[in-house]
Amino acid sequence: MAEATTFPRLLRAHASARPTAPALREKYLGIWQTWTWSETQTEVREMACGLAALGFKRGDNLAIIGDNRPQLYMAFASAQCLGGVAVPMYQDAVADEMTYVLDNAEVKFAIVEDQEQVDKLLEAREKGSHVDHIIFSDPRGLRNYNAPGLQSLDSLRELGRKWDKEHAGTFDAELEKGTSKDVSVMLYTSGTTGKPKGVCQTHEAFIVAAQGGVAFDKLVATDNVLSYLPMAWVGDHLFSYAQWLVAGFTVNCPESAETVMIDLREIGPTYYFAPPRVFEGLLTNVMIRMEDASKLKRWLFDKFMAVAKRSGANILDGNEVSAGDKLMYALGNLFVYGPLKNTLGMSRIRVAYTAGAAIGPDLFRFYRSIGINLKQLYGQTETCAYVTLQPDRQIKFDSVGKAAPSVEVKLAENGEVLVRGPMVLKEYYKRPDATAESIDKEGYFHTGDAGVFDTEGHLKIIDRAKDVGRLASGAMFAPNYIENKLKFFPHIKEAVCFGHDKDNVMAFINIDLTAVGNWAERRNLVYSGYIDLAGKAEVYDLIRDCVEKANAELATEGELSHSQIARFLVLHKELDPDDDELTRTRKVRRGFIAEKYGPLVDALFTGKTVQHIETQVKFEDGRTGSIAADIKIMGAKRFPAVTKAAA
Amino acid sequence: MSDSGNRKIGDVILKVDNISLSFGGVKALTNISFDVREHEIRAIIGPNGAGKSSMLNVINGVYLPQEGTITYRGEQRRDMNTHAAAASGIARTFQNIALFTGMTVLDNIMTGRNLKVKATFLEQALWIGRARKEEMEHRRVVEEIIDFLQLQHVRKTPVARLPYGIKKRVELARALAAEPTMLLLDEPMAGMNVEEKQDMCRFVLDTNDQFGTTIVLIEHDMGVVMDISDRVAVLDYGKKIGDGTPAEVRSNPDVIKAYLGAH
Repeated sequence: MAEATTFPRLLRAHASARPTAPALREKYLGIWQTWTWSETQTEVREMACGLAALGFKRGDNLAIIGDNRPQLYMAFASAQCLGGVAVPMYQDAVADEMTYVLDNAEVKFAIVEDQEQVDKLLEAREKGSHVDHIIFSDPRGLRNYNAPGLQSLDSLRELGRKWDKEHAGTFDAELEKGTSKDVSVMLYTSGTTGKPKGVCQTHEAFIVAAQGGVAFDKLVATDNVLSYLPMAWVGDHLFSYAQWLVAGFTVNCPESAETVMIDLREIGPTYYFAPPRVFEGLLTNVMIRMEDASKLKRWLFDKFMAVAKRSGANILDGNEVSAGDKLMYALGNLFVYGPLKNTLGMSRIRVAYTAGAAIGPDLFRFYRSIGINLKQLYGQTETCAYVTLQPDRQIKFDSVGKAAPSVEVKLAENGEVLVRGPMVLKEYYKRPDATAESIDKEGYFHTGDAGVFDTEGHLKIIDRAKDVGRLASGAMFAPNYIENKLKFFPHIKEAVCFGHDKDNVMAFINIDLTAVGNWAERRNLVYSGYIDLAGKAEVYDLIRDCVEKANAELATEGELSHSQIARFLVLHKELDPDDDELTRTRKVRRGFIAEKYGPLVDALFTGKTVQHIETQVKFEDGRTGSIAADIKIMGAKRFPAVTKAAA
Repeated sequence: MSDSGNRKIGDVILKVDNISLSFGGVKALTNISFDVREHEIRAIIGPNGAGKSSMLNVINGVYLPQEGTITYRGEQRRDMNTHAAAASGIARTFQNIALFTGMTVLDNIMTGRNLKVKATFLEQALWIGRARKEEMEHRRVVEEIIDFLQLQHVRKTPVARLPYGIKKRVELARALAAEPTMLLLDEPMAGMNVEEKQDMCRFVLDTNDQFGTTIVLIEHDMGVVMDISDRVAVLDYGKKIGDGTPAEVRSNPDVIKAYLGAH
């Protein structure tokens, strides 16, 4: 269905059809600066020619590292103009992690944001990486660097302008040579297990996925998105690059990572994508601020949120609602939902998506009830984040929707979700073994997720296929599912469950410092920091209530009722990607954690009430230190299994 | 890290000779002399009560010393007053943060531009004539400083609501807004955690590197001082007991005895 095209051709088409329309925006010195499509095209051309002058050629990989910046989005296109491959990398990775990807992808050229990234690349170079050319867009602090091959983006463009004059026609010829079957981008998987793998995706794959999504949600050129998620993440690549070039809307880059909330309000995006934790963070903030609000405001909020809960989602879905409820909802919109959406920067949102992890039903319902068309999708890096989408008006909180246009989905016998279509990866870079393992002879990609279809053909994801274990009694144990239940409580930030081959389920809990801290302040509970707060008896009681509520829910869920949590502990430190406990996309690395905190896991299962632990921590500057604590262990009440009929 | 290649340290820009300062019977400073060269980072260290802050206060005219002279850019004077100091390009920050707590970060930094404002009070009040153009220009400078010190996320936040480390940074921003040739920093890292200290070091070095600002710095944290300073003067009980590069000071027996502990 997609005509054979490439991203550089799409960019060229926008530049000639709508040269003065805004393509990119960035807030700089407090003012939103705009790049039109023709300016974008010109800059991309200059960057590409500059790279060509340095010897970048067809098939070369270009590393791109930094926060979301217009110049970095242009860098993707500039590599692709020359038939090269863009390799975005996580900007918060430390030098060692970068070295692996740089070596694996044989990166010789890199376009990066600032001094922080340059320093890391120079460190990687000392360790033997061959990043010969490092181009930076922000020169601050780099004036006195004189490493070979280091230059500013401005000087690269200058070089490009000169090269373009001397090699007239070469750029256009290179652009024409590109085909839709060329690899356009290589995204490294976060590596929940083993070393990261480079997922090679063609122009066609991402363009098909983008076209499908654009048509599905009727995205148009006047839409606006705010791009603030890591550029190395497949979601950002689909929403802020592929769909940007397919639909031709405007991508807005925030001033800095800390100003996202302010920028969101100023831009008022019409199309929005965020992982559940962002929606959760926003809601937690709202709830905390509501608790501090005046009585009248709290009363209004509670009153109208009850109205929204009753009829908001129905109104959004176009279902029949009584005239009285309609009137109340309209009033609520005037007094509560409207101002709230405005504060959140969500007044203009037509479509919002969440993906990457399960979203709590209450959380999901909250946003829909105040009139935000929040939907779920399902996909992986290997499928361009595009497998299933929830159609408007067919929204269920526990499913991820129906197969998206041009995608075939089926389930394997063990429940694993299999996907076929143009959006499936071409291969894992230099890993034919891994490619052969995950794509079968019929061309189905094995997602590794276990799922079921409901009666209306909506896919429901339960857990990672390999994570689904069995308790000693033989009952199914889906740790992710339980952890998500726990994480839906605002006071719990992370949870890790253990129970495979055991009699009972045990849990590690990470408290949410903002939410629990505020809760403690309200009770005049004094604490000196995270460790102190996490160990408070009052906090343990608070968390026990949450765990017991989760148990009560599990009791109603058939086979999962055996997975009720018997005992838990509150960890003394936050799980952190810097300590390898979470992946960069903040997924729990259960096996690693079980090993690292072995004594704690043993203590849980052997019934101790307190356990001493000493843990290594890595600071942001790469140094390490250790923290020690005595951790209390508490039991939780479990409930007899309830059958659905009785509930 | 501190030695960044082509940042040229120039001639002596400030020289203090035989300064003595006492409050009644208390001798705060006794016969202190040292100099500061253009573009350098000059640290003054010493134990509590050694007279470090008094020395800064003498330099920018808060205190009038009983004896001694100050030569700033070739001009010798016995008393410097605060206005003259500011007008001649000396800006400072304070040990106890001295910001306008009810005003936003942006407005606080804007006050640093005070001396550069040419428009009359009336023009400003009515926002006519020069005032309009001037304010835009000042705002641009201030925005550049906000960008430089990464304060974008708190631009419109009242200072009272900010954490301590950020307030310190706002103070530095306000001092930078005056586009000073010499910056006096009174314990810029005091009370900060490791990460905040690192950030602050970076900002001080970047300021020195990018704008060529001469920096006179009082600091308690020895690690910080040794890392970022070009030369260090050591005071103890109002007397200078050492002066030189960090390496020289570190091996000076008097300094080791007075400051770093005996042996």
